[in-house]
Amino acid sequence: MSLLEFARGPALTVSLLVFFIGTAWRLWAVLRRPRKTDHSAPRRSDTVTGGLRAIWQRMLPRSAYERIGMTGTINAYAYHIGIAVIVFAFAPHIGFIERLTGLSWAALPDGVTYVATAFAIVGLVFALATRLTDDVQRLLSNFDDYFTWLVTMLPIVTGMALIEQSYVPATPMVAPATPNPTLLAVHLLSLELMLIWFPFGKLAHAALVFVSRYRTGVEFTRKGAAL
Amino acid sequence: MSELDTKHPLDFDAPRFSIKQPAVRSDEQGHLSDTERVERAMKAFARDMNSTVAAYLESCVHCGQCAQACHFYVTSQDPRHTPIWKIEPFKQAWKREAGPFAWLTRTFNLKPAVTADQLREWQELLYDSCTMCGRCSMVCPMGIDIAALVGLARHAMFEAGLIPHELWAVAERAEREGSPLGATPAVLKERVEWLEDEHEVEIPLDKPTAEVMVTLSSIEIMKYPVSIVALARVMKHAGYDWTLRSDGYEATNFGLLSGNLEWQKDLSLRLIRAAVACQAKLLVLPECGHAYGALRWQGANMYGQPLPFEVLHITEFLARAMREGKLQTQGMKGSVTYHDPCQVSRRGGATQAAREVLAGLRADLREMPQAGDANWCCGGGGGVVTLHRADEHRRRAFSIKVKQVEQTGADQLVTSCSNCRLSFDDGQAHYHWDRKMGSLLETVAEHLQDASAARG
Repeated sequence: MSLLEFARGPALTVSLLVFFIGTAWRLWAVLRRPRKTDHSAPRRSDTVTGGLRAIWQRMLPRSAYERIGMTGTINAYAYHIGIAVIVFAFAPHIGFIERLTGLSWAALPDGVTYVATAFAIVGLVFALATRLTDDVQRLLSNFDDYFTWLVTMLPIVTGMALIEQSYVPATPMVAPATPNPTLLAVHLLSLELMLIWFPFGKLAHAALVFVSRYRTGVEFTRKGAAL
Repeated sequence: MSELDTKHPLDFDAPRFSIKQPAVRSDEQGHLSDTERVERAMKAFARDMNSTVAAYLESCVHCGQCAQACHFYVTSQDPRHTPIWKIEPFKQAWKREAGPFAWLTRTFNLKPAVTADQLREWQELLYDSCTMCGRCSMVCPMGIDIAALVGLARHAMFEAGLIPHELWAVAERAEREGSPLGATPAVLKERVEWLEDEHEVEIPLDKPTAEVMVTLSSIEIMKYPVSIVALARVMKHAGYDWTLRSDGYEATNFGLLSGNLEWQKDLSLRLIRAAVACQAKLLVLPECGHAYGALRWQGANMYGQPLPFEVLHITEFLARAMREGKLQTQGMKGSVTYHDPCQVSRRGGATQAAREVLAGLRADLREMPQAGDANWCCGGGGGVVTLHRADEHRRRAFSIKVKQVEQTGADQLVTSCSNCRLSFDDGQAHYHWDRKMGSLLETVAEHLQDASAARG
C-alpha cells in the first residue's frame, strides 16, 4: 500500500470516524448532563427566539462595549472565511467531498481561493503572534491552543505545496491536474490529523459555540436582560 | 467553622480609611487537610455541574476578550484578573475529572489535579477582584456567562473553607443574627420607632396581613435610614397596604455572595416565609443589587417551587406606581446621571425601570458613556466592599466610575443600590471627589407633590 493509498483509505476512514464519533460524544457529554429547573417567574417567554438571537448577536462586538476585541474579531473573520472558502469553494476540494458524499456544487475561480488562502495564512499568523505577545492570551493559552493552530495551518501549507506553478502576473495559478502523489498524501494526512484532533481540542468550538450562546440567550431572555 | 487568624486579625473596628497597604493573604476556615479542602471544593463544583455549565467550560477559546470588559483588569492590567482565568482551576478540574475526555486527561496527566495551594491563590481572584457584575459575560464571543461561573466557583471555595475572613464573618453573622451588620429585629424595631418620631411618618411593622411586604438592606437600616423614611412617604402617598416584617426584612444575602448555598437558602426563606405569613401579594426589594438577583431570580429555586407572590425591585415598584398614576411628583430640577446596579440592570433585566422613574420626575437625565446594560460596576459589588484587603483593587476600579460620571457633567448622581452608594461614599472620600451618590427612592420621595407637607 502506497502512502497515498493509505491516506485515501484507512487513514481517511479512521479520521472521519474519530471526527464524527468524537464530536458527537463531546456534545453528548455536555447535553446529557441535567438541566436545572428554574422556578422563578420569567419576565419574558420568548426564550427560544432569545437563544437564537444570542447566537446571531455575538457574531460581532457591540458599540456599547466600545467594540472590545474588534481587531481579534476582524482577524478571526479573515481566517475563518478564508478557511471556509478553501474547504468548500476550491474545485479539487469539492471533488474530494463529492467522492465522499456524492454532493457537489460550483467552485469559485481558483484565484479567489488563493486570495482566501492568503487571508487565512496571514490571519492565522497574526493570531499566533497575538497569542504569543499579548499578556492575557499568553496566560490563558495551553497546549491545545498551539497544537490546534498547528493542525489548522498544516493542511493549508501542505495544500500550497501542491500548487506547483509559481505566480506570474496576469497568469492565473491553477492546481496541477496530476499532483505529486507524496505531496498529496502528506496534504491528506495533515487534514486527517486535523479531523482527529477536532473533537479533543478547541476546534470543537465550531459546534459548542451554538450551545453556549443559545443557553446564555435563553437564560438572559428569561430575565429580560440584554443579550 | 472558622477561627479568626491572629496573624491577620479582622479589621472591622479599625477606621475605614486607615488601611494603606492591604495585606496580601489567603484566609482559611476550619481545620481541614489540604486533601479535604480540595475534595470538598470538587464535590461542591460537581454538584453545580449542569448542562449549561458544562457547555461553558467546554467552549472557551482563550481569546481573552473578557479582560477588556473587566474593571479590575482594565485598571490593574494584571492578566490574572482576566475574568475567565478566575475559574481556571475549575476548568482544569472539569477537564480532568468530569469532562468528555476526562479518562484521557487523567491517563496522560494532560491537566494536573487541582491543589489546595492553587485554590488559595485563586481566593483573591474569585473574591477580591470580581464583583460578578457580568460585563465579561456580555462580550464573550462564545456566550459564556463567566459571572455565573464565578458564583459557582465561590460555592466550591466556601465548602473548602477558603474564603476571605471578612466575607465569612459577615455572612455568618447574617445567618446567625439575621443581618450582616447587626441590624437585628430589635435594632430594626428601635430604628423604626426612632424614625417615626423623628420624621413623623408611619412605618408599619409586623402587620398580620398586608398586600405589600417591603424589605430592607441592612446598609439602609444602619447607614442610610432616611431611605426608610422615603419609603414610608412613598407608600403612604400611593396608598398601599404595606408592612415591614421583623421575621423577614433583611434582603441582602451574604450566603449568595460568600458562596454558602445553605445560608443563601435560609436567608431567602426568611423573606419568603414572612411574605407568605402576612399573605402579601407583592414583595418589594430594597435599593440593593444582589438582593434582587438573590430573591427575584434565585428565590423560587431556593423555595423549590414558584413563589406565591410577585417580587419587584423598588425601582420597578416605583415605575409601576407612576405608570398607574399613584405617584404625583414635581419636576426634578437640574441634571442627573444614573448609576446602574449591575445585578438589577445587566444581570436582572430591570434596566429601564429606573429610567422610567426618572422620566416620571421629568429629570434631565445625562447618561454615562456605556450606561444601562453596558454600565461599569462601582467595584464594590459581590461582597468586595466588605473586604478591606481588596480596597486597592476596588478603588482603582472605581476610578473608571469617576471618569464616567464626570463625562456626563450632571449636577446630581443617583442609584438604586445602597451597596453601590457605600462604594461611592468610600471612593469619594478616597479620591477627595466632590460628588455624592444619592438614592433614587429618596429622590422620588423628595419630589412627591405633598412631600413638603409630609415633611412639615
